[in-house]
Amino acid sequence: MTRLWDFSGGVHPAEHKQLSTRRSIQAAGIPGQLVLPLQQHIGEPAEPVVAIGDQVLKGQKIADVSGGMGVPVHAPTSGVIESIGDFPVPHPSGMADKCIILKPDGKDEWCKRYPISDYRKLDRDQILDIIHSAGISGMGGAGFPTHIKLKPSRDRKVDTLILNGAECEPYITADDMTMRERADEVVSGLKVMAWILRPERCVIGIEDNKPEAATALRKAVQGTQIEIAVIPTKYPSGGEKQLIQILTGMEVPSGGIPADIGVMCQNVGTAVAVARAVFEDTPLVSRVVTLTGEALEKPGNFDVLLGTPVDYVLERAGLQPELVSRLILGGPMMGYTLTTTAVPVIKTSNCIIAATASELPAPPPEQACIRCGQCAEVCPMELLPQQLFWHAKAAEFEKAEHLNLFDCIECGACSYVCPSSIPLVQYYRYAKGEIRVQRAEQLKADRARERFEARQHRLEREQQDKELRRKERAKAAAEAQAKQKVEAEKAAACGEAVDKRAASSALVEQALARKKASSEAAQSRAATPVESEPEKPDIDALEKQLAQAQSKLETMQTMLEDARAQQADNVEKLERAVTKNHDRVKRAEEALAESRKSLASQTESQSIE
Amino acid sequence: MAFVQQSSPHAHNARPTSKVMLWVILAALPGLLAQTLFFGWGNLINVAWCIAIALASEAAILKLRSRPVAFVLRDNTAAVTGLLLGLSLPQFAPWWVSAVAVISAIVIAKQLYGGLGSNPFNPAMVGYALVLISFPVAMTTNWAEPALLWNSAPGFGDTLVAVASGQQTAIDGWTMATPLDEYKHKIASHTAVEVLAHPTFGEGVAKGWEWVNAAFLIGGLVLIGLKIITWHIPAAFLGALIAMSLAFGSNADQYAPLSLHLLAGGTMLGAFFIATDPVSAATSHQGKLIYGAGIGVLIYLIRSWGNYPDAVAFSVLLMNFAVPFIDHYTPPRTYGHHKARRGQPGRGRS
Repeated sequence: MTRLWDFSGGVHPAEHKQLSTRRSIQAAGIPGQLVLPLQQHIGEPAEPVVAIGDQVLKGQKIADVSGGMGVPVHAPTSGVIESIGDFPVPHPSGMADKCIILKPDGKDEWCKRYPISDYRKLDRDQILDIIHSAGISGMGGAGFPTHIKLKPSRDRKVDTLILNGAECEPYITADDMTMRERADEVVSGLKVMAWILRPERCVIGIEDNKPEAATALRKAVQGTQIEIAVIPTKYPSGGEKQLIQILTGMEVPSGGIPADIGVMCQNVGTAVAVARAVFEDTPLVSRVVTLTGEALEKPGNFDVLLGTPVDYVLERAGLQPELVSRLILGGPMMGYTLTTTAVPVIKTSNCIIAATASELPAPPPEQACIRCGQCAEVCPMELLPQQLFWHAKAAEFEKAEHLNLFDCIECGACSYVCPSSIPLVQYYRYAKGEIRVQRAEQLKADRARERFEARQHRLEREQQDKELRRKERAKAAAEAQAKQKVEAEKAAACGEAVDKRAASSALVEQALARKKASSEAAQSRAATPVESEPEKPDIDALEKQLAQAQSKLETMQTMLEDARAQQADNVEKLERAVTKNHDRVKRAEEALAESRKSLASQTESQSIE
Repeated sequence: MAFVQQSSPHAHNARPTSKVMLWVILAALPGLLAQTLFFGWGNLINVAWCIAIALASEAAILKLRSRPVAFVLRDNTAAVTGLLLGLSLPQFAPWWVSAVAVISAIVIAKQLYGGLGSNPFNPAMVGYALVLISFPVAMTTNWAEPALLWNSAPGFGDTLVAVASGQQTAIDGWTMATPLDEYKHKIASHTAVEVLAHPTFGEGVAKGWEWVNAAFLIGGLVLIGLKIITWHIPAAFLGALIAMSLAFGSNADQYAPLSLHLLAGGTMLGAFFIATDPVSAATSHQGKLIYGAGIGVLIYLIRSWGNYPDAVAFSVLLMNFAVPFIDHYTPPRTYGHHKARRGQPGRGRS
């Protein structure tokens, strides 16, 4: 007998399971149209690999993922790709998302399959690849891509592999019927997963309200080490964290994953899908869906092709449209209401409830919270739901977070018992959403601030560099000047050959620089039209420049001669400078002549006027 | 087809607040019956009068606050407040004393704080404490002499006239000091044996009172059985009272004996029906234990060394003050956490 622990809280809602367990699983058939959302699970959407008008075979990959968290989508039957676009998908918001529309041709013709005779001969990664390319994501709830879940990081050894057959939500019997009728596939799927993970312990947890399933599985596991644990019926025992606590006595750390404590949970439906992928090379193209509720004439479990519109399966189950008041996808505790029956069945759809008004009546109006604490008594996560409610209502999100709001699994037990019929879970969802938005905004603001600060820093640094360079230049110039001065003084004082030479070369350089600047200025001034300028000073200036240039030229020529006489190494340079200066003098002369001429013509024209 | 849009969960199995309150009323009936049997018609008249005033004042203030009157009145919480006051007040308390107590309970202590769920203090005890301080004579001299209903107690008509007229002199012959009052005031100058000779104590612990307390105890156990209240507050309350009495009150010539503490006065009514008011009590199990124990300790302190013979109202109110503080430091440990997160956000040791 497997040792069991209890989890705190929990409720015992009316089960209504017998509604849908009277008939065995039936094939729902092929509808006139299949709507295949590209995202049917947590993670990234797949990209279509077919075009409109393409003929596809059953099991053919029609959308694939390049990497990351996602799984491909396959054609559930043979037919033609009719269109690719936005259609309503199952989502609490009733939103539309990208889907591939497949028009079945009715032949249900399979593509070529390559079943594996002995998976043990393959690499673990090859098996994971098979599971990935079969498009398998968790079939119990959120739909986490199975190949990723089956490959925990290296430091996390999975000691206990749990197959979740608790199915604690009222009404739902998909897993129950799967275990009853497909026990062998459940077990072989579990064996494949166990072979990948090599756990020390494999255990299938089943609530004690499913004795047939437990019997079937006991028979199927004969001769293996797999344990069958029949656990007391109490909602939400099928919650991953609760089931782990029941079967191992351990708690998954807050914010962590079961692998952190060496445990992994997989759904029984997922095990079947894995078995089919490995042994039959059959991708995930259909799933067992419970169709139940008092508005159905023939409730039961159906093997439904993925993408089958909800209205088609409801019709198969004998929907009485006049009786339906509420249409729920999922269970009555955690499922969400549908706005339209046009949405398709996807990989995570385990149950559709067509409830009458008397079956699930609208809750009475919300009353004041009297802090009775019933919610805390039933909370499986040992939270203080009423405090969370007060804080959520008062928008004190920080306090709600402090009281571990994010550990809430939204099981709905608190709302279920609330005497004031307060939609508590809705308040928590609201608070979580607000906090997520705030965090996102905070992150955005932080990034913007970081960017701004980085820019400021960069600008400042550039400014500093500029300043530094400017100072260096100024310092160099000052030094040069000081040197010149000293040398000039020395030269003047003693007229020694070397000193003189050095001094003269420095002087030459200086003179050259000045010359260059002034002659350029003269040129530019000469080039500019002189109309508006007062003519007289211009010519004066040009005359002065010419005189200067001439005197400079003379100085330089004397220097050159000196240098030649002393055979200095700057002779060449000086020679070049002299020629240049010569040109400049010439140019200055020309400029002067020209401006004089133009002045003359101007005065002429003026006198004519 | 337009389907009902609702967020999960879709299934509900709540016991509505109105039913919870109805159960509280029903569970208090054995106590009321015992009171009537041993102390005459006074409590029954008080209860009827208090409930009437409670409903009327609640309706009036709801109207003033523009709230749906019938919808709120149906939650039965005003009726419970009226009932609790009717059960606690002296049997011959004049009509206006009861009216002041109930009106201040409903209008001030409950509705002015925002109505049901928002009141930090137990409304019934606010009303009770107010009249106890304001009208000490009316609150101490109007306790009925324990006498079996079918024996020598004043008739229904006489009691009604006494309550309605508020004439103190008319009822002098029918009243008597309560056992706790008698013990408290005589023990200083008498031995325990001499004090206990007073007719108010009778053959057992405290004539009539012991049965009334036993009846409230039974009613309280029913409430625990029905999961309307948890065991934490009453157990901590009574446990603390017992512990205090054992620690300090072993000398019966100085302090009232434990049996008197448990079976006289409003002990059981307080432990199961008053201290357990969820609105003004602590939240978590640990918090409830601290809260209940605090009341028990305070009751013993006030009864033994304070000026008042009984102390349920004051003790409850004092602990109501402490509730936000207790709640801050007693959240439960959440699944997957090593420790509970106590105190304020940002400052807690997570």
